[in-house]
Amino acid sequence: MVEPIISFKDFGFQYDSQSEPTLKHINLDIFPGEKVLLAGPSGSGKSTLGRCINGLIPQSYPGEITGSATVAGHDIKDSSIFELSFSVGTVLQDPDSQFVGLSVKEDIAFSLENDERSQTEMRAATKKWAERLDLKPLLDHSPQGISGGQKQRVAMAGVLIDESNILLFDEPLASLDPASGKASIELIDHLARQQNLTVVIIEHRLEDVLQRPIDRLVVLKDGEIVGNDKPSAILKDSLMQQLGLREPLYLSALQLAGVKLADCDNIDSVETVAGDNIESALQRWTAGVSLQEPLLPTEPLLTLNNLNFSYNRNQPIIHGLNLTINRGDMLSLVGRNGTGKSTLSNLITGFLKLDGGEMKLNGQDLTQLSVKERADHIGYILQDPNQMISKAMIFDEVAAGLRLRGLTDDEVERRVNDTLKVCGLYEFRHWPISALSFGQKKRVTIAAILVLNPEMIILDEPTAGQDLRHYTEMMNFLETLNREHQVTIMLITHDMHLMLEYTQRAVVLADGGVLMDARPADVLTNEAVIEKAALAKTSLFTLAERYHLPSALDFVAKFVQTEREVRRHE
Amino acid sequence: MNSQLLIGYTARDTFLNRLSGSTKLIGFVALSIIGMVTYDTRFLLGVLLISLILFHFSKIKYHEVAFVLQVIVAFAILNLVMVYVFAPSYGITIYGTHHMILGSPDHYFNLSWEQLFYEFNLLLKYIFAVPLALIFLMTTNPSEFAASLNKIGVSYRISYSVAIALRYIPDVQNDYRTISLAQQARGYEISRKAKLMTRAKGAVQIIMPLILSSLDRIEIISQAMELRRFGHNKKRTWYMAQPFKRNDYLALIIIVLIVLIGIALFKVNGGRFWNPFK
Repeated sequence: MVEPIISFKDFGFQYDSQSEPTLKHINLDIFPGEKVLLAGPSGSGKSTLGRCINGLIPQSYPGEITGSATVAGHDIKDSSIFELSFSVGTVLQDPDSQFVGLSVKEDIAFSLENDERSQTEMRAATKKWAERLDLKPLLDHSPQGISGGQKQRVAMAGVLIDESNILLFDEPLASLDPASGKASIELIDHLARQQNLTVVIIEHRLEDVLQRPIDRLVVLKDGEIVGNDKPSAILKDSLMQQLGLREPLYLSALQLAGVKLADCDNIDSVETVAGDNIESALQRWTAGVSLQEPLLPTEPLLTLNNLNFSYNRNQPIIHGLNLTINRGDMLSLVGRNGTGKSTLSNLITGFLKLDGGEMKLNGQDLTQLSVKERADHIGYILQDPNQMISKAMIFDEVAAGLRLRGLTDDEVERRVNDTLKVCGLYEFRHWPISALSFGQKKRVTIAAILVLNPEMIILDEPTAGQDLRHYTEMMNFLETLNREHQVTIMLITHDMHLMLEYTQRAVVLADGGVLMDARPADVLTNEAVIEKAALAKTSLFTLAERYHLPSALDFVAKFVQTEREVRRHE
Repeated sequence: MNSQLLIGYTARDTFLNRLSGSTKLIGFVALSIIGMVTYDTRFLLGVLLISLILFHFSKIKYHEVAFVLQVIVAFAILNLVMVYVFAPSYGITIYGTHHMILGSPDHYFNLSWEQLFYEFNLLLKYIFAVPLALIFLMTTNPSEFAASLNKIGVSYRISYSVAIALRYIPDVQNDYRTISLAQQARGYEISRKAKLMTRAKGAVQIIMPLILSSLDRIEIISQAMELRRFGHNKKRTWYMAQPFKRNDYLALIIIVLIVLIGIALFKVNGGRFWNPFK
């Protein structure tokens, strides 16, 4: 019988800094060559379990261990990060921070430098792994000069160079655009087979990881394992929502059409899912739903005309861009990394100066206004709330903008309290910000902008790194703002789910201009645009094609419409 | 995106680039020390000439270093003026003679050839090391810089922290810019339009989030480094280290000779000063 390479027996862990154990009664065996997906909502303990595997627990995060755990023959209680690092290679969530070298080649060779290997050996090994991971032309580049997907490949090369046989990925998809994410998952699968690696992936985006076969899905909730089986077996129980995970869209669609997942085969991939009555059920469902033409706003709020911008003259980032944003729009701005999504928002907010073109807000020339003056109309919320928060208390943080604008204390108090109520933070108003969760902090930053009464807000990746529950809360909140408070919202995002389910309009940027401006369903069923803008095809589209539905586009649109109605009645 | 305010490494094909970083570091440190100690004008002029010739061969363009040079010149002039203001007859004390241009040695303010000569020596000291420093910084790959620090005996943890700083400075600059603009959008005025106090307060609003986000970053980096075995062994090797070649040994010999000449001159002059007034 094969011995497990990672084995947890009635294992528990409690951080010294916490009053409750984070992991309880974990029993888990992972065998050599297995590919395991570790999923669960925030706070479920999945990252903690990862830290137990690479030795950060109990070395860097002291705490109390109960039961036993062995990784590649080492008892984790008394083995160091150093010892385990020969067996376990870890790719951290943020490939940018993991990049410790001044250039790609140095970063790949980093662990060999620490092992005191000779330069000849290092050069040979670096060359080998750069070739395998397609990094050869980038060897001399600095981390600032390469994309997120490339950084992640560098991180992989940097741990594979150790020839360790366990690879641990901590949320590998979190900071990549959809196409790079897909490529990343394919690469992991390819390497795992080629090198016969044991792979553990920590990720809550099930559908994206399941694009390639996974041997086992382990679901954690509240520090305990609540599911440990082949992915198809767990998906069949259709408990994803209760477990706090997002169910793959094609499975939601099948259930909506009345298909029982238990009667289907191979349900872990949209490419293989099969069942006797799927085709007829989908046909029936799509015929039975009539598409309503949504009422889209038409009164122009912000008009951008022939915008031009470049950091250096030879490479324009924005080139002849035209776009009109209407009052009341909820739109998503999507496109490949580096196509100028952030640049465009920086131009709108005045953080960057236009090289040429016209920007008008309600007919008023925006280019004549300062950053501060523009902020009275258009608020910009950064991806990382820690970059925006400058006060210790919630009330003060939200009040800061008003106080600087010289309002009276009564007026400030009234407006801050109103805004906190809208944002669901009123009960916390006297709390220190440090006591809040990531999602709540994000809300505070939104409140600090909303209090200035902007007509429009721009959010950069509002749901990045949040699990299903927090994602849903945030998006429902933004939807309410948009519908009930008439705030125009522009979201910059890589999340295709978000774009499809929550926005009515998608603007795709490519080559310095707008490539497509249409309903999200139109965008995600247009293969040419998907390819060009590094987006990912929705599984609904694949499902519709595989089962010969009359119009894949209509099917996707109908699904989104139905989901929205359901959401509104909840 | 950013204008070239500070100096940085660029790959150039010169013999100075091909020298090992350690050689250049040793050369820079050794010549600076001997130059700082000695007041022998002939020696200082000689070293200045050598460093100017090297600077010419390094193919560094004037406009690349113009800003830094202007700052240095401004400071050097200020310094010389201050030396005169605080000790106008120090030259007379040193050289023991007085050849007056203006005034007499009994007054506090006077001008003697001795003082001018002393200050000329100071000027030479300020300027001879500048081309050497620029050559060292601009022809040494930053990664090799860390390796060469380690090679001359600095612990590798400290050496690597230099490399890490160079790696993350651009990222922190970006963070700073983003945070600063986000705070300005909320109404903190930090431009020249605002009063000094307001600007100072505005700056604090940027520093706090910057520190918090940098601390997060540091935690992740140190974990990433530890997971790849940094800090466990007593030594480490460097991918970018350049082994000593023939030219390095040649350069080191020349450096040693120059230093020896400097020391020999102490004997000849009977001290640190060369006195042409006797």
